[in-house]
Amino acid sequence: MTTSYTSAVRDTIATRRDEASGALIAYLPVGFPDLATSIDAAVALVQNGVDILELGLPYSDPVMDGAVIQAATQQALANGFKLRHAFEAVAEVRRQVDAPVLLMTYWNPVLQYGVDRFADDLATAGGAGLITPDLIPDEGRVWLDASDRAGLDRVFLSAPSSSDERLRRSVELSRGFVYAVSTMGITGARADVDQAARGLVERLRAAGGDSVCVGLGISTAEQVAEVLEYADGAIVGSVFVRALAEGGVAAAAEAAARLAEGTSAR
Amino acid sequence: MTTETDRETIQQPGPYFGEFGGRFVPESLVAALDELTAEWEAAKADPAFAAELTALHRDYTGRPSIITEVPRFAEHAGGARIILKREDLNHTGSHKINNVLGQALLTKRIGKTRIIAETGAGQHGVATATAAALFGLDCVIYMGEVDTERQALNVARMRLLGAEVIPVTTGSRTLKDAINDAMRDWVTNVETTNYVFGTVAGPHPFPAMVRDLQRIIGDEARAQVLDLTGSLPTAVAACVGGGSNAMGIFTAFIDDPDVALYGYEAAGDGADTPRNAATITKGRPGVLHGARSYMLQDEDGQTLESHSISAGLDYPGVGPEHAWLSDIGRAHYLPITDTQAMSALRLLARTEGIIPAIESAHALAGALDLGRELGPEATILVNLSGRGDKDMTTAGEWFDLIDRDAEQM
Ligand SMILES: Cc1ncc(COP(=O)(O)O)c(C=O)c1O
Repeated sequence: MTTSYTSAVRDTIATRRDEASGALIAYLPVGFPDLATSIDAAVALVQNGVDILELGLPYSDPVMDGAVIQAATQQALANGFKLRHAFEAVAEVRRQVDAPVLLMTYWNPVLQYGVDRFADDLATAGGAGLITPDLIPDEGRVWLDASDRAGLDRVFLSAPSSSDERLRRSVELSRGFVYAVSTMGITGARADVDQAARGLVERLRAAGGDSVCVGLGISTAEQVAEVLEYADGAIVGSVFVRALAEGGVAAAAEAAARLAEGTSAR
Repeated sequence: MTTETDRETIQQPGPYFGEFGGRFVPESLVAALDELTAEWEAAKADPAFAAELTALHRDYTGRPSIITEVPRFAEHAGGARIILKREDLNHTGSHKINNVLGQALLTKRIGKTRIIAETGAGQHGVATATAAALFGLDCVIYMGEVDTERQALNVARMRLLGAEVIPVTTGSRTLKDAINDAMRDWVTNVETTNYVFGTVAGPHPFPAMVRDLQRIIGDEARAQVLDLTGSLPTAVAACVGGGSNAMGIFTAFIDDPDVALYGYEAAGDGADTPRNAATITKGRPGVLHGARSYMLQDEDGQTLESHSISAGLDYPGVGPEHAWLSDIGRAHYLPITDTQAMSALRLLARTEGIIPAIESAHALAGALDLGRELGPEATILVNLSGRGDKDMTTAGEWFDLIDRDAEQM
């Protein structure tokens, strides 16, 4: 992260670290339960304290996702989700609220759309960049070039099992933030956020990481507050997806307001 | 024939096979894949490991498997000589055991106590459950719900062997979804668990490692055919699901440029219908289950559901080495419909008294076509990858063999 390139995601995280204890980042899949509602829900999350959005692109084989997100993205696909809806959703959310919007996507849809074309269309829609759960930097040459050219963030994951060398690469090549996977596992709410998260963030700091967010398993304001004691942002997904599934946009908004309380505790 | 075959060996070590292969996986799995790669390299170089595996092949699986010439069947193939490599005679009934014993030994070497696997037809699941029983490992098998129904006998076998079988209810509820759930289990339990992958697909090192463990099929068969006929076969035929039995028999011949290699994919209702599993014939390059290869997908890169009467070939992906062998022209991949495969299955049963697995019947159907094309001078070596016992419900329905009254009693 040494170029003169500026990242709205990175700046937002830095600002929230100054104002409060850090940033709240929310995941929602595009097209669940339908395109219009997913856009309304994303907007409502921002209006209720979410700082950065991570819109998920529904994919047929989501190996990093647990049951809640799998069910939601499978429904989005069954309802006719198409790739272009992702760009439409990003543009519409950006029109309504000011928060940066990242797309979270498995790699094959990007590859089939064309990596450069995907980067251009995302930039045109006002998107900030991509989180790539199944693209490791080792395989990411084309995306590194495309994101450089289009001025997009690229968020790679790092895990408790990653070697120091890999953490260094992840810090060096990620832009916006580095995604620290809190636990060895998949998405889904958990009773405890793993102690492994704290250790991983410390190792990422030692590797030069100054914008590090923790995700996987965070479901309460207390967990958000706990994570923000050592990390710069907390990423929450399954809780919002479940709220949206069970109680619609209002319930998702309520969940956002509740979890956002975890960012003010200093 | 391509000029590449004139070099000493054209075989690639991985992770890449031309533009195919690689490791498109969550970061959480990289350490485990690195460990597996290093341990496999070390094991390959360790004579004690080789000796232990060889002893298991001999004393447990019953290797070497024999070859059988099938002249009465060959009469229907334009008079070409047809020779079967009898992987159906292995303990547990298919080639899958060759790979599993190697990976189970490797699991012990790494010091893990639990193995997981995906399975389609159930043959890989049965082989894995068998090895778990033999080595005293905990074992969980993921199997699509559709497959647990059409291969119910194998579900019972796995459970009897002490494995837990988890029916997978997401997506198309077949092999591809079983792989997704096995990967999720692995990401979560990687500290104690080794993923015993069943074919030459998936992220590196699986395509190379599974090929290395299956190449014994071709190594044996090449010597056996030379011994029987005095020359190399004209062509080698195998069915291709993920592609492990095919890579297992192809590898020994890959640097014999005069030996043609044929892989037969499942065309289901027909390669020109949407209900097929002919990945190389009908697919495009993409990333699925950790590797870049051919796959069946829509224009958005969403994986399409595959269809085949054969659960073991009902997979919308294929191993990256096959994608590469196809692209460079070293091997040819052709579609075989359900109807063609079932006819070949019955023909082998009626003419030779051998009931093949429906998967293997795709290779037999291919050999019938190939024999007619190549003529009576040709010798075709067919990999009979498994036996048909598991398929009797399907065959019974297809040929209407089950007495309805008896069924109701
Ligand atoms: C008998 C038999 N042959 C072939 C296959 C297909 O797998 P592969 O293409 O990896 O050999 C299977 C898979 O279940 C099988 O049981």
